[in-house]
Amino acid sequence: MVKRVLLIEDEPNIIEAVRYILTREGWAVDTHANGATALDAVARRRPDVIVLDAMLPNRSGFDILRDLRADAGLAAIPVLMLTARGQRADREMAERLGADRFMTKPFANAEVLACLRDLAGLGAG
Amino acid sequence: MACKLIFGAVQKVSEKTADLAKGGMRLAGSRIRARRLDLGMRQADLARRLGISASYLNLIEHNRRQVAGKLLSAIARALETDAAALAEGAEGALLDGLRDAAAGQGGAADLERAEDFAGRFPGWAALAAAQARRIAALERTVQTLNDRITHDPHLSAALHDVLSSVTAIRSTSAILAGEGAVDAEWQARFHRNLHEDSQKLAERAQSLVAYLDAREDEERAPVVPQETFEAWLAARGFHLAEVEAGQPLADPGRVGSAAARLIAAHAAQVRADAEAVPLSRLRAALERAGPDPAALAGELGADLGRVFRRLAALPEGVGGQPVGLLVCDASGSLTFRKPVPGFEVPRFGAGCALWPLYQSLGQPFVPLRTVVETAGRLPQRFLTFAQSRMDHPGGFGSPPVVEASMLILPAGGTEEAARPVGVTCRICPRAGCAGRREPSIVG
Repeated sequence: MVKRVLLIEDEPNIIEAVRYILTREGWAVDTHANGATALDAVARRRPDVIVLDAMLPNRSGFDILRDLRADAGLAAIPVLMLTARGQRADREMAERLGADRFMTKPFANAEVLACLRDLAGLGAG
Repeated sequence: MACKLIFGAVQKVSEKTADLAKGGMRLAGSRIRARRLDLGMRQADLARRLGISASYLNLIEHNRRQVAGKLLSAIARALETDAAALAEGAEGALLDGLRDAAAGQGGAADLERAEDFAGRFPGWAALAAAQARRIAALERTVQTLNDRITHDPHLSAALHDVLSSVTAIRSTSAILAGEGAVDAEWQARFHRNLHEDSQKLAERAQSLVAYLDAREDEERAPVVPQETFEAWLAARGFHLAEVEAGQPLADPGRVGSAAARLIAAHAAQVRADAEAVPLSRLRAALERAGPDPAALAGELGADLGRVFRRLAALPEGVGGQPVGLLVCDASGSLTFRKPVPGFEVPRFGAGCALWPLYQSLGQPFVPLRTVVETAGRLPQRFLTFAQSRMDHPGGFGSPPVVEASMLILPAGGTEEAARPVGVTCRICPRAGCAGRREPSIVG
């Protein structure tokens, strides 16, 4: 069964690179770049896993995560949070708001793949 | 027997008293011992040459007996050195520095032997104390930078942009350099992306550097009127001597019109305060009533806010210690800040929610007296007095205007339970604080 990932990120070339490596590994990849409408995108796509950037146009990833976890229909979707700041406070905030994993930019492709496999219950691959 | 006991007790007390009185001379014994050992001389031999008992020399060498005058000169001659070299050296500041260094390590160092260490190895002791001071200074810098990054959305966004470009380049180049075959069309696309991202990275890095350069200039010359006012006041030592003497305020120089208005308003306040309570009257009242602001308010016939301001304007402080003053409005924004060493005040954003200053906002006109203990490597205790007042400058039915003030005095030796406080949540290491509003990046 093909797993679906929703990549919520606004940097077009990060989207293209991540989309490429995930597609190559057999994932179905949807992308969304606008923070303000990200929750609608999640509700519409119903992904198995979400990759969520912390700093998005119009709305922060932390706010999106908070609302996601408060929505009974979406709360169970695993989230990998991406941020450009490796500060402990951001990690703590992401964990407190319910992120399943946290990764700082710049990340390695292999790390993202391994993390998403794990979150989707696909094992080590 | 009783006489012997009393004599022993008196001797111990006199030894302790002498120890305390000797100050810089206390370490001479350690240096004598070190010099003797350097020369390979036995204690008994030196004692014999000096005409004193070996046990007495032993007491001197362990800083249990004062040595000065002729005996010190004789010892110096015997040890082929200068008497001044034996007498001078490690001073109180160096010992304080070593104690601070030990406290920074949770008191793990052998404090009892600090004097011995300073006496025998003054160079190494000075190095240890200097490094501890350097660490403390760097920690303050880190706090300031973290504070700035946290509360500077532009800097945060600029860093995010730079790191996003780096991420795109790293992911794309890893695909091209990786094991899996990439078809020609994708290869061309990724090469184009790399080119784009490298250009973007260069632009974003330049923009970040330009921003940081501009910030550095701002550090040298504050551009926000409130900061300009505070920098001017700090440069004046929070004391306007000419205004206190009834003279016009000295020209503050080129500070900008908004800051000039803040300075003029402050000078007018100081003038009114000085006319109502001249510093000479305040000093006389301090002699009589002590530093309790309520007692001073009674003595001087002034309200507490004025007493707070007058105490904070004293150039000599209270009891030789600097006096701090914070004033905020109903929103909690600090409108006046005179920090004191050990009680830091954040430059951006709000302070610690547990400061009595904020507590007083909810209890207008109620005087609050609170001992607080700051967080950090070297927690310090302060005695604070806070009160807020509410006015209706627009008349009946107009919105109230609330202003709270908090005076910060040294706590002295009070044993009272202290309220743990911090600077601001972001840089406060206190775990489990009920007043925390955001996670800390330290601790």
